[in-house]
Amino acid sequence: MAVKTYLQAISDGLRQEMQRDKRVYVIGEDIGVYGGAFKVTQGFQEEFGAWRVIDAPLSETAIVGSCTGAAIMGLRPVAEMQFADFISCAWDQLVTVAAKQRYRAGTAVPIVVRLPSGGGFSGGPFHSQNPESSFAHIPGLKIVCPATPADAKGLLVSAIEDPNPVLYFEHKHLYRRIKDEVPDERYTVPLGKARVHREGDDVTVVTWGAMVYTADEAAKQLESDLSVEIVDLRSLSPWDKEAVLTSVEKTSRALVLHEDTRTGGFGAEIVATIMEESFESLDAPVKRVAAPDTPVPFSPPLEKKFIPQVEDVLAGLRDLAEY
Amino acid sequence: MAIAEQKGQTLSPERLKEFLREMLLIRRFEEKVEERFRAGELPGFLHVAIGQEAVAVGVCRALDDGDVIASTHRAHGHTLAKGTHPNELMAELYGKVEGCSHGYGGSMHLYDIERGNLGANAVVGGGLPAIVGGALAFKLRGEPRVAVAFFGDGATNIGTFHESLNLAQLWKVPALFVCENNHYAESTPAKQQLPIEDLTKRADAFGMTAMTVDGQDVEAVYKTTTKALKHARDGKGPVFLLAETYRFTGHYVGDPQVYRPKEEARHLRETQDPVEKLRARLDVSEEDWNELDAEVTDLVEGSVEFAKNGTDPKPEDALKNVYA
Ligand SMILES: Cc1ncc(C[n+]2csc(CCOP(=O)(O)OP(=O)(O)O)c2C)c(N)n1
Repeated sequence: MAVKTYLQAISDGLRQEMQRDKRVYVIGEDIGVYGGAFKVTQGFQEEFGAWRVIDAPLSETAIVGSCTGAAIMGLRPVAEMQFADFISCAWDQLVTVAAKQRYRAGTAVPIVVRLPSGGGFSGGPFHSQNPESSFAHIPGLKIVCPATPADAKGLLVSAIEDPNPVLYFEHKHLYRRIKDEVPDERYTVPLGKARVHREGDDVTVVTWGAMVYTADEAAKQLESDLSVEIVDLRSLSPWDKEAVLTSVEKTSRALVLHEDTRTGGFGAEIVATIMEESFESLDAPVKRVAAPDTPVPFSPPLEKKFIPQVEDVLAGLRDLAEY
Repeated sequence: MAIAEQKGQTLSPERLKEFLREMLLIRRFEEKVEERFRAGELPGFLHVAIGQEAVAVGVCRALDDGDVIASTHRAHGHTLAKGTHPNELMAELYGKVEGCSHGYGGSMHLYDIERGNLGANAVVGGGLPAIVGGALAFKLRGEPRVAVAFFGDGATNIGTFHESLNLAQLWKVPALFVCENNHYAESTPAKQQLPIEDLTKRADAFGMTAMTVDGQDVEAVYKTTTKALKHARDGKGPVFLLAETYRFTGHYVGDPQVYRPKEEARHLRETQDPVEKLRARLDVSEEDWNELDAEVTDLVEGSVEFAKNGTDPKPEDALKNVYA
């Protein structure tokens, strides 16, 4: 075990899989000599050569589409979008082709698309989005959103092993800020299994990605008054209903928190499921805290208003407690 | 603004001196941006156009008032050359209400519609399709206007580039596609991203008229652009203008540039500086140069002051302006 940053954990997990499985290759823009915009693949090209670390031209559609073809033919591609926002350029290849391949043609598509997502550093409207909810709506895709370094590695390994297209959302704001122990050996964290980040009895917060830490900070501040349980979903597709319902049945109050925008966000799905399946155990209406329905603004005061803050979670938790 | 009869003619020394001033303004502005970013005053990421000033100035000076441009993630030079005041641009980089995008966009997503700047576009290749549409509008209304897209060599690899050129040529719309070939897409050199050397072949594939110009020679850029604009305005169809240029700095401010030899940027600065080239050609005296430099430097300093004294947007403004 060693303490590693979230970024290092992703990088190490990827390297280990490439060492172990010759079918795995990575492809993306500036991922070679440059090591990628965020340096996840630093040193990879030296170790694995230019054909397993393919520095691709600016061609998101063809990067993702070629991964699908290579995967059908037996390889295990891992594509990197320089920013998650640019996956929209490859939407068709991912959503129309890769996601439906198994259903219409019977072939598996074991690809992983790595997506540096999220805001918090004034990236502006095209470099800060959290588009996971849009993809969670698409049957045939799997979605993971790790929050901790250990999960970042274990979920990446699972994503590469999985025979389906997996979107791996890595939150940029966690890259160097979050450090924790990560086992050296290879291990997997199963897709679709949530993790209780913090145990509590009074209110459940369901969240994922960087918002796990926002929730944690709010929970700490309320510690003496309110016992908050935080469920880190880890995967959105498939998602761990059971873990959420178990927690809600224990606490009787729930707040769903995400950095993506509110309307049609994945939080709505979670809330609906709680209502359908655990209505009787609720003592208060389920609450959502999410970004407002706007693009991500650039200027720091605007961006701060956009991204859910600790104070927003505190207010939500207080409302729930007082209901 | 350019006067019609001056276009395409031999440029007077006075006019060239205006170009020099404008290039120097962009240079000093960009240097200031680098400095203020390093001092931690500017949020976000920034891409400066040091080395590429002659393309912005040469193209924009050849435009008529009604012509429009679309820029890229490397937008400051185009924006200044299209007429946005340094104050408004700097205020945007500082995220202030007085900024040309009122703090919503920042460096990579700014715009200035009033001045015919449809905006920076931080999705590479994202500006081209709208330029085709803008040009279509001009054609359908019979207006003698041209829509101009700036983009880099890297952008010629993305689908929107090919789809846009195809449509533009098919519809024979008055568009100008200005490819600033600075020989790198971020860290990726030409040989790693382009299977051909001559990018005008990409225009040839659509039967589009192509022109190549030395992008470090502002006069040549101006003259070639003037020719290209005439072609487009006369209804002869779009033009692909390839400007060979160089980026003297990193891809973004702070880029360690591990992908190119340390000497490369220095060598380029010594041999390919568009500002120095024009200064030498005009044989500007030390005194005149210093005066010019002091004037634009003041303007840039003033823009920093303006920006710092600007208004922070109110948080609740984040919720406005989503729909028209
Ligand atoms: C669709 C898309 N993919 C990737 C990026 C990240 N990115 C920003 S600039 C850039 C390189 C652009 O190269 P080029 O078009 O040659 O313009 P230059 O930077 O040289 O001005 C890349 C890969 C992006 N902004 N948009």
